[in-house]
Amino acid sequence: MASKNISKKPVGVIGAGSFGSAIANILAEKSEVLLYARDSETIKKIAEQKENRGQKLHTNITATGDLSYLASVCDVIFPIVPSSAFRTMMQQLSPYLHPYHILIHGTKGLDISLPKGETIDSVKELNRENIKTMSEVIMDESVVIRVGCLAGPNLAKEMAKAQPAATVVASHYGEVIKEGERLLRNDRFQVYGNNDLIGIELAGVLKNIIAIASGALSGLGLGENAKGLLISRGMVEMIHLGKIMGGDVHAFLGVAGIGDLVATCNSTLSRNYTVGYRLAQGESLDQIIATMEEVAEGVNTVRIAKKMVESANKRAPITEALYDVLFGDLTVDKALQMLMRYPYNVDIDFI
Amino acid sequence: MKPKGKSKNKSYKPILPGTKHWPVVQLNKRRKEFIERTVEETLKRVTEENPGTQELREELETTLHREKLRIKQNPWRVDPPDEYKFWEKVKNDLLDLAGKSESRAEEEEILRRIIRRYAQEIAGNFKKSRYKLAREIIKFGFARLLNATRVKRFGAFFRNQYTLRDKIQITGKAKQLRKLAKIGTVVMVPTHFSNLDSVLIGWVIHVLGLPAFIYGAGLNLFNIKIFAYFMNSLGAYKVDRRKKNFIYLETLKMYSNLALQEGAHSLFFPGGTRSRSGQIENHLKLGLLSTAMEAQRNSFMKHPDNSGRKIFIVPVTINYNFVLEAPALIHEHLKRLGGEKYYVENDEYSTSYKMLKFMLKFFTKGSDISVSIGKGMDLLGNYVDNQGRSIDQHGRFIDTRDYFTYQGEVNIDKQREDEYTRRLSKIIVQEFHRNNRVFASHLVAFVAFEMWKKKYKKLDLYDVLRLPEEDLIIDYNEFKECFGRLRDEVYKLKKKKMVNIAPHLKNDIDEVIKLGISNVGMYHTKRPLMFNKKGDIITQDMATLYYYHNRTDGYGLEEYI
Repeated sequence: MASKNISKKPVGVIGAGSFGSAIANILAEKSEVLLYARDSETIKKIAEQKENRGQKLHTNITATGDLSYLASVCDVIFPIVPSSAFRTMMQQLSPYLHPYHILIHGTKGLDISLPKGETIDSVKELNRENIKTMSEVIMDESVVIRVGCLAGPNLAKEMAKAQPAATVVASHYGEVIKEGERLLRNDRFQVYGNNDLIGIELAGVLKNIIAIASGALSGLGLGENAKGLLISRGMVEMIHLGKIMGGDVHAFLGVAGIGDLVATCNSTLSRNYTVGYRLAQGESLDQIIATMEEVAEGVNTVRIAKKMVESANKRAPITEALYDVLFGDLTVDKALQMLMRYPYNVDIDFI
Repeated sequence: MKPKGKSKNKSYKPILPGTKHWPVVQLNKRRKEFIERTVEETLKRVTEENPGTQELREELETTLHREKLRIKQNPWRVDPPDEYKFWEKVKNDLLDLAGKSESRAEEEEILRRIIRRYAQEIAGNFKKSRYKLAREIIKFGFARLLNATRVKRFGAFFRNQYTLRDKIQITGKAKQLRKLAKIGTVVMVPTHFSNLDSVLIGWVIHVLGLPAFIYGAGLNLFNIKIFAYFMNSLGAYKVDRRKKNFIYLETLKMYSNLALQEGAHSLFFPGGTRSRSGQIENHLKLGLLSTAMEAQRNSFMKHPDNSGRKIFIVPVTINYNFVLEAPALIHEHLKRLGGEKYYVENDEYSTSYKMLKFMLKFFTKGSDISVSIGKGMDLLGNYVDNQGRSIDQHGRFIDTRDYFTYQGEVNIDKQREDEYTRRLSKIIVQEFHRNNRVFASHLVAFVAFEMWKKKYKKLDLYDVLRLPEEDLIIDYNEFKECFGRLRDEVYKLKKKKMVNIAPHLKNDIDEVIKLGISNVGMYHTKRPLMFNKKGDIITQDMATLYYYHNRTDGYGLEEYI
C-alpha cells in the first residue's frame, strides 16, 4: 500500500468543489493530478496559493481550465460536479473523450430530462426513463462505457483533515474498480469494490433525503431515540424508493448505503443535514439556499423522488412530508407529528 | 398477387468473382491445419483455466462421467460407432494415472485427444461443388414450384414468371451488408421462429451475392441424410446440444473464434433455439457472441498497426404471416411457463403429409415473408458507415480498438469482454424490435387478443386461453375502432424509429383488417382469427392467437386497447 508508485499519466478531476478538492488531494498522494475548475479566479488561486475552499492542496495538483487538454492527458477522470451542471459538463467534455477513457464520478444526484416545455411541477408523470443517474448521463453523452462511481461516508471536511474514511468504487467493470483502488487507496482511505453500479448510485442519492430529515430532527432539539427511529425508517424508505427506480436491496446495506446514511445523519458537516437543521430553526428554503456556498443535492432529490413515488402510485411518508416542508407551507413540527401518526407500522418487509 | 409495396426486387452480383476466394473455401483448404490450431488453442485455454494439480484431472473425470451418461441415456444415429470405445480408453488411461502424483503431461495428452475428437466432429466440411449443386436445387426447385402453382396454365412449370423474390421481400441495409462483407468479417444474427429460417437465410445470403457463411447447426439435423448433405454443403459446423461439458463448449467457441479471425463470415441464431412464445427474442445466448468479441480483440492485438479486419454485427429480423410449428411451439411455451396450469390437448401437425400440404399451400397462397437486414454495428453496438467506420450517437467517428485498450495498449480482460457481450446482446435485442416489421396479421392478432384479455380482466392468462368459443366474439365495428387506434400508435412508434411496418399496413382500414385476418396463421387447421357469418370476429384457437399476438409484444401497445 505504499504511496510511492506514481502512475505514469496524470489523473483528471473535474470540479473544484470541496469534495472534488478532497478527492484530488487523495489522488495526488500517488499520482500527478489535473484539477479542472470552471472559473479562472479559482484556477489562479489554486496555482498561486495551492489552496481551495479552505483545503490545502497537494503539490502534485495542477489546476486547469481546459477540458480538451485534461482529456488528452488523462486516461482516468473523476468528474465531481453538482448534478444540475453534470450533463452540460459532459456535453462540453464529450468531444474529447475516447472509449479508452475511464470515468469515475463522485456526484450524488439525479438528472431529469423532460419533454420540451415541461417542468417537474407541470409534468404529469415521472418515469424511470426521465430520470438518469450520473453514470447514465455519462453514457448518454459520451462514448465512454467504462464508468464507475464513488459513494460512501465521504464528508469532504473530514477527508480534508486526513481523518480515516472509506469509499465504495462501484462499476460493472472489474478493471474500473481495480483502477479506483489503485489510485485512491492509502493508509487512511479504504476502498471497497461493488459491481451494482446503479444500486450504489441510488443509495448515495437517496440518503440525502434522510439526511435533511435528520438535520430537521436535530434542529427541533430532539434526541437519539428519534434519530434511531429516523435512520431505520429512513433506510426502509430508501430501499422502497430504490426499488421503484430499479435498484437492488443489497447496495443499501453496505458502506455506500447504511454507512453513508449514518455518517450524514449524524454530521453537522453535511450540507443536506444543514438544510434540515436550518429549516427546523424556522428559516425558509430560499433563505437557506441563498446563503449556502455549495448546493445541497438532497433538495432536488426530494422533489424528484416525490414525483416518482406519485407516478408509481406508492407511498414514501418521509419524502412526502419533507417535500411539503421544503416546497409547501408545512412546518417541520407539523411534519413530525404527521409522521408519528402515520398508520403504516410494519418494521421490515423487503428481505 | 405480386407483393405490395416497394420491394427492392433486383439481383445482386456476387461480391467475389468465383468461390475460390471465399473465406470458407480458403478455410476448408487448410482444414487439417485449422483443426490442429483449434486443438492447440483450446488446449491452452482449458489448461489455463485449470492450473491446479488436481483441477485438470477433475475436469477430465467430470467430462468422462457426463459423456458416458450421454452415451447411455441419449444415443443418436449420427454418433460415431467408436464412441463407447473412445471413452472407455479415456477411462482406463485416467485409471492408470490414479496413483501418480506428477502426471500433468499425461493428463494434457488425454485432454488433447478429447479436444481433437470434438474439433473434428464440429468442423464443417465445405465442398464447393456440392454447394453449387445445392444452391441450384433450391433455386430451381422453388422456382418451378412457384410457377406451377401460381400460373395455372399448362407448361407453367417451366416458366420463370415467378421467383422466390416475389415471395420473400428483402428490405433494409442489403447494400451496406455487401460492402461490409468486402472490407471486414460479418457476423449475422437473425431472429429465429421457424425451422425454415436456416434455409431462408441461406437463400438470402446467396441472393445478395455474398459468399457462403459458416453457421452452427444442431447435430441432430445431421441425422437426416438429405439435410446433412445440404448442411455440409452450406458451410455448417456441428453443434451438439447434448454435450454441455466445459471442454466441449470451449472447443466449440474456439472453433468459431478462430474461423472469425480467419475472416469467415458467420451466422448465429443468438436466441439459441426458436422462439417458443412467438415473441421477439429478449434474452440472447452469450457464448457464441462472446467469441466474436474475443476474435475482434485478438485481431486488434495481432495488428497493432490497425490493419486487422474489423468484425461487423448485422441483426436480421425475419417476419412470417405464418409459422408452421406455431401451435406446437406455443403449447411448449405455455406448458413451461404455467406448469400444471396448462395441458396440451393434442399435437396436430407433425406428419409428412401435413408438411407436404403446407408446402403446397405456402406456395399457392399469397403469404409473404420479409427479411429485414439491420444496420451494421461494431462489437460495442455503434452503427458503422459503408466504409465500416464506427460512429457514435453524436455522429463522431470512434476507433473500436479503444474499447479494448488500457493505458495505451490492447489487453485481455475477460470480465470486461463478458460485460461488453452482455451489452451487445441488449443492443441486438433493441435492433430486432426496431427492424421488426409489423404485418396486418400480427396487429389483428394483437388487437383481438388484448381486447378479449381486457374484457375478462379478472382472469389470468391461462383462464383466458381456456375461454369457450361462444364467449369469444368481437363486434366488427368495435374491433375496427380499436385497430385504428393501435395502428396510429404503431405509426408513432415507427416515426420514433422503434419499429418498422410492412407497406400494406397503410391501406384502407377495412382492407388491412381483412388482409390481416385472412393471413394470420392461414394454414393452421384451426384458424386463430376469422369472420363469422355476421361479419364479426371469432377465433378457433386462442393459444395460437396468443402466439401471433406475441409478435407485437414489448412495445407497450396494450395501453391503448
